[in-house]
Amino acid sequence: MADDKDVLRDVWFGRIPTCFTLYQDEITEREAEPFYLLLPRVSFLTLVTDKVKKHFLKVMKAEDVEEMWFDFEGTPLKWHYPIGLLFDLHASNTALPWSITVHFKNFPERDLLHCPSNSVIEAHFMSSIKEADALKHKSQVINDMQKKDHKQLWMGLQNDKFDQFWAMNRKLMEYPTEEGGFRYIPFRIYLTMSDRPFIQKLFRPISSDGYTHTLGDLLKEVYPVAISSDDESKRYQVVIHGIEPLLETPLQWLSEHLSHPDNFLHISVIPAPSD
Amino acid sequence: MSVSLLWAVDVYGRVYSLSTGGQQWEQCQDAVLEFKRVTAVQQCCWGIACDHHIYLNVHSSDVPIRYQEETYENQRWNPKDNFSDHLLPSDRWHWSDITGLEHQPLDSFLLPSTNWEWEGDWYIDENFGGEPTEKGGWTYALDFPATYIKDKKWNSCVRRRRWIRYRRYKATDTWAKIPSEGHSGPLPDPFNDISCGGWEISEEPRGRLSLWAVSLQGKVWFREGIHHHSPEGEGWEEVSLPGEVVQISCGPGDLVWAVLWEGQLIVREGITRDCPQGLCWVVVDSPNPEAGAIHVAVGDNVVWAVTKDNKVWFRRGINSHNPCGSGWIGMVGEMVMVNVGLNDQVWGISCVDRAVYFRQGVTSSELSGKAWKAVNVPRDGDIRSHSSASISSLHSAGCFFSGEVQAQSVMSEDLDTEGGPQRAVLEVGTCPSSPPPEPPPIDPDVPKPRIPKVTSDSFISEMLSDRQVKQEAATTASPSIPEEEVALGEPEAKCPPPALVLSPSLSGGLGDPQWSNVDLEETQTHLAVGPAVVRGDSADTCSLSSVATYTLCQGEPYGADEHPLWAWVSGGGCGVNCHSQLNWFNSATALASSVQSMSLSISPAQTAAWRKQIFEQLSERSKREMDHFKHYEQAVEQSVWVKKGAMQWWRDWKPHKWVDVRFALEQFSGPEGNQDGILFLYYNFNEEKKYLHAFINEVTILVPVLNDSKHTFAIYTAERTKQRWPIRLAAATEVEMHDWLALLSVSCCDSRGIQGPPSKQAIWSVTCKGDIFVCEPSPSLEACPYPTPCDQMFWRQVGGHLRLVECNSLGVVWGVGYDHTAWVYTGYGGGFFQGLASSTDNIFTQTDVKCVYIYENQRWNPVTGYTNRGLPTDRYMWSDATGLQECTKANAKPPSPHWTWVADWTIDYGISGGTDREGWQYAADFPRSYHGHKTLKDFVRRRRWARKCKLTTTGPWQEVPPIPLSDVTIVLCGAQSSVEPIPLWAISNKGDVLCRLGVTLLTPAGTSWLHVGTDQPFKSISIGGANQVWAIARDGSAFYRGSVSSESPAGDCWYHIPCPERQKLQQVSVGRTSVYTVDQNGNLWFRQGLTPSYPQGSSWEHICNNVRKVSVGPLDQVWIIADKVQGSHSLSCGTVCHRLGVQPMEPKGQSWDYGIGGGWDHITVRGNSIEAPRVRMPSLTPSLTSSLTDPLRPPPPRSLLPVMITEMENGNAVRC
Repeated sequence: MADDKDVLRDVWFGRIPTCFTLYQDEITEREAEPFYLLLPRVSFLTLVTDKVKKHFLKVMKAEDVEEMWFDFEGTPLKWHYPIGLLFDLHASNTALPWSITVHFKNFPERDLLHCPSNSVIEAHFMSSIKEADALKHKSQVINDMQKKDHKQLWMGLQNDKFDQFWAMNRKLMEYPTEEGGFRYIPFRIYLTMSDRPFIQKLFRPISSDGYTHTLGDLLKEVYPVAISSDDESKRYQVVIHGIEPLLETPLQWLSEHLSHPDNFLHISVIPAPSD
Repeated sequence: MSVSLLWAVDVYGRVYSLSTGGQQWEQCQDAVLEFKRVTAVQQCCWGIACDHHIYLNVHSSDVPIRYQEETYENQRWNPKDNFSDHLLPSDRWHWSDITGLEHQPLDSFLLPSTNWEWEGDWYIDENFGGEPTEKGGWTYALDFPATYIKDKKWNSCVRRRRWIRYRRYKATDTWAKIPSEGHSGPLPDPFNDISCGGWEISEEPRGRLSLWAVSLQGKVWFREGIHHHSPEGEGWEEVSLPGEVVQISCGPGDLVWAVLWEGQLIVREGITRDCPQGLCWVVVDSPNPEAGAIHVAVGDNVVWAVTKDNKVWFRRGINSHNPCGSGWIGMVGEMVMVNVGLNDQVWGISCVDRAVYFRQGVTSSELSGKAWKAVNVPRDGDIRSHSSASISSLHSAGCFFSGEVQAQSVMSEDLDTEGGPQRAVLEVGTCPSSPPPEPPPIDPDVPKPRIPKVTSDSFISEMLSDRQVKQEAATTASPSIPEEEVALGEPEAKCPPPALVLSPSLSGGLGDPQWSNVDLEETQTHLAVGPAVVRGDSADTCSLSSVATYTLCQGEPYGADEHPLWAWVSGGGCGVNCHSQLNWFNSATALASSVQSMSLSISPAQTAAWRKQIFEQLSERSKREMDHFKHYEQAVEQSVWVKKGAMQWWRDWKPHKWVDVRFALEQFSGPEGNQDGILFLYYNFNEEKKYLHAFINEVTILVPVLNDSKHTFAIYTAERTKQRWPIRLAAATEVEMHDWLALLSVSCCDSRGIQGPPSKQAIWSVTCKGDIFVCEPSPSLEACPYPTPCDQMFWRQVGGHLRLVECNSLGVVWGVGYDHTAWVYTGYGGGFFQGLASSTDNIFTQTDVKCVYIYENQRWNPVTGYTNRGLPTDRYMWSDATGLQECTKANAKPPSPHWTWVADWTIDYGISGGTDREGWQYAADFPRSYHGHKTLKDFVRRRRWARKCKLTTTGPWQEVPPIPLSDVTIVLCGAQSSVEPIPLWAISNKGDVLCRLGVTLLTPAGTSWLHVGTDQPFKSISIGGANQVWAIARDGSAFYRGSVSSESPAGDCWYHIPCPERQKLQQVSVGRTSVYTVDQNGNLWFRQGLTPSYPQGSSWEHICNNVRKVSVGPLDQVWIIADKVQGSHSLSCGTVCHRLGVQPMEPKGQSWDYGIGGGWDHITVRGNSIEAPRVRMPSLTPSLTSSLTDPLRPPPPRSLLPVMITEMENGNAVRC
């Protein structure tokens, strides 16, 4: 039987095979070949697509190039969502490799944030971690860390160093034994067909009377529609890291093991395939 | 945390206990009597029943209380009759004690009380000082009294032999009446209060307790002679008093306080080891001059009191030198009584709602705690019984227990009736004929399935008269006992009106209020009515049956106003502390979870479907998303990552000292994508910058070396193991050290591709610091002739703290702590560093306790006698055992910062060699052998002081309560075999041999112990292939257990095996066929001549010396912990060594290979059944075939060892 530690590795080393193709209306000097890449599920698009950019710039004139952005089947992909989340949310029941269209023009200002440099990603990543720790430990752990510790977390993600990242991140995953869990679980629930970007609420891993909350409890509280009753056929899939954990999975365990590096549990609720 | 009990009595006199692991009060099933007060300690509970007699409830244990009676049969030789019973007139008795002074025929031995029973008949002891004697057990001598020898000589004129018989205390888990006789006949007046404690005063005799009792007239009595082998004690002794006492409290140590009738308190002084009842009383004034004290409770270092106005007070300044303390502090809360339990934890009963309250936040530094918290759990089978009306009309419990109990009966009304208790009294009092007619189907004489064991029958009937039994529960709770149901149905059918008062009810024994001080005449009336007995029995039976179906009761609503009313609480046996996780404060918590937490087997969380689902889906996901796309480029190129830090290094050359260095770990991806790294250590040498490096994949072990001054760790490589000289580094802070260790160990595991928990084949070892390491064996580890050198073995640390660990190849792993606590490996986690391993579900808190010893040394001089002024050449007057190191009480520190003191210094009387009354041992000079009495030749003396310290850590270990162990062994088996249940044997710390029942792969903790009788205490045990059990007794002799099999897991009898000449054996390990032992002088012995028909073997063969421990594995591989192993730089003690050249036909092997060392204490290779890949060795083949017919070496014992046969044959098939 595997160890829980292996889950962390599986989560970290999750990869999505992706095929990048240049948008048909982009002006190129010669035909652009598609580019194939294994994207880390836990990273961010703009952080891991330097190679993609380089590949397509070879066939383009500099004056035709503005900020690079991506879409999948017409939906602009938000770089500030983890890659795995984007995939689960938009493409989880499509064929692999994931086919992403690359744009260098007409940046969709209404849908996407600009990402001029990696420091923007770092700022976004660190603010997520800080927000998560505020929920988990009233920010006590993150504030006790030094600047270099913060850097170690970021560098661990940027360089895909599991050990480097987890040597520090484990501190963020600790909690007083007598409390049995974090103060609140940092989670976000994403819906494909909603105007709201995501749902986020205060939710404790353990109820006041000592009951261990599960994924099902969370959904019941926050988005009951996602849970299908016994008699009807399943309408929604609840997906984290490409898998569907059982609803009785303890939330605290999920938060410790299936959170993204930004320390949030990103949960996608997507319509079940109607086959 | 082992489960222990909090005891309480409700206002109706029913006794309940609440388990620290439980969530409901369980009624004491045996309590046919109502009780006034109880006082609990861990092993038993004393109580005063409403008849004012004292009762004792000894908790049953897997190890029974048994006492060995012995007597000697003496004979003299004469030419006519040879040896015969005809002794000379001047001789001793034919049957006598060991000295010959007491006449002791076999029939003079009587059971001390009806609570004892004989275990068997008398038999002859054939063991004489560790040596088996000739048949008959006779030992011979020239004359009485003289030195006895086991062989008959020409001048042997007398002989004697020892007869043994065991008696066993049988009245466990039941209330046994203690006869109230004092020294001068029966006590004049009955008892009113009782308090038990004092177990910390002395360990001699084992299980010694002090019991103090107060009579109704205010006299105080001390019960003498209570100890493990005499749980009932011997008699009462009156203690003189300055006044009349109403209540008394005795702590675990020497603290005894009592409350006087006038409201002052008195404190007992002069309580010592030699005088547990103390010398005199000192009066302490009541905290409040207006309101005298009514109650006092003491613990180790605390005194709490309650005054007449129900105010609670805490006594300041109590310590072992000042039992009176210095002043009172008023506390919040109004209590009827308070009680101090283990660890100075405090319970109280509120005078507002009569709920039991637990004092939260009581720690050794804050003994007064923080706040009261109500214990809010249901009672078993709680029912909607007492309405608030009846509660309000009840007398307060204080009145019941005031010592002026009137002859009155208060009975509850049924829920359906609105009559008050007075009415019930009236009915009982005026209608003695109200009991219903005898239910026809039940004959009072027919034994019921569960008749409570009560010593005195009269009490059953006496107390039953008011047993209430309720009708409506009958149908739900009694299906298991149909005939009772019929019986119970009868009364209502026949005579409904009386059923109101005495209607039998199933849950009556559980929930109905009952309190009665029925006066004697009334009792007689009831006694005359036969059905009372029947009803009582049925009530009791039914209460049991309703336990089986208690979920039904649980489902019922439990209103807040229907809480139980408590009268008395006793936490003297309740092992909680302020960190204990208790489920006592939320009755709403799901019951299922409490059931889980109590189960010792792997908790369902680990095997839960959700976890399985996640593991499976993740692996599916990897397959789906990655397997077909491996040729894709990775988005992030792997780069080198460097972590740097400042450290201190114990430099390699002389003079050795700590020098500042820069330390760096460079991590990179190896050619096959595996992680690897290099360690760099930059230092200055003669102003020149130099560095030293080590490849991460060459590091064999990281050892934290905590001491009080530095946070250090050692890094070994194979080369450094050979040198016995690791890289020793010190980090600035403990946190920094742990960060580095976590990173380095992850890095080392990554570079070797080791993930997850240790495999079932893992080799486990423990250092003398209690750190646990495991090593994954490679197939070539036991290869012949080219095994993996054992200095190249990679060890990683597992969380926890143990003294020894044992495993087998099925993955069952047990450990024993320094405090003898037994632990079972939870089989998961395995990560040493919390958080990263993150399997917090399988990681539990683990504590260990050990003693630090220092010695007080004195020298005699003619002027002043013994003083602490020694000769200039003498050792320190306060020193360690060697005398070389000065150790005073003030400067002695716990072994590392992880340990904290938990007690003060005490004199250790248990040191080998014996001591005098003050703990001194005498000798002619330092350092010599010490003895416990002063002789004329003695000029120096010493005594040992001990101080307990405690460590709290976490690890994948779960406690196996309650019996402390000193050794444990798990059956050997092949890798593929599936033995169920798995035989596991152990030795308790008292030397009892135990066999664990119910050990399976799913429940590695097993279920219960089966006690295996021995004539003397044992110290080591090992179970090898085919259930061969060998054990070592404390006298150093070896024993073989006969006929152990899966049908008879405990075997039938012990065969005494003589030890090697003039050696006392210490430890044994049994492999598939080989048996090895280590003696007290460090010699390793191999048992020759084991055959299937004679598994005891024939003789011992010496293998080598300087051996501390031996472990023989399922391949008969031999590993030891050796002392004095010379390396190129240094000498190491406690070194892991591997016997090379061990083969089926050459089980003794040839030479030693030396592995990791320097402070290793224990190793077990009993899980490693990975056979080496077979190498065709032409040179070996002839010797193999020839040795098959070798007359010196008997053929392998086939019929005895089925496990071995298959493997042997396989082996031969490949080899030949």
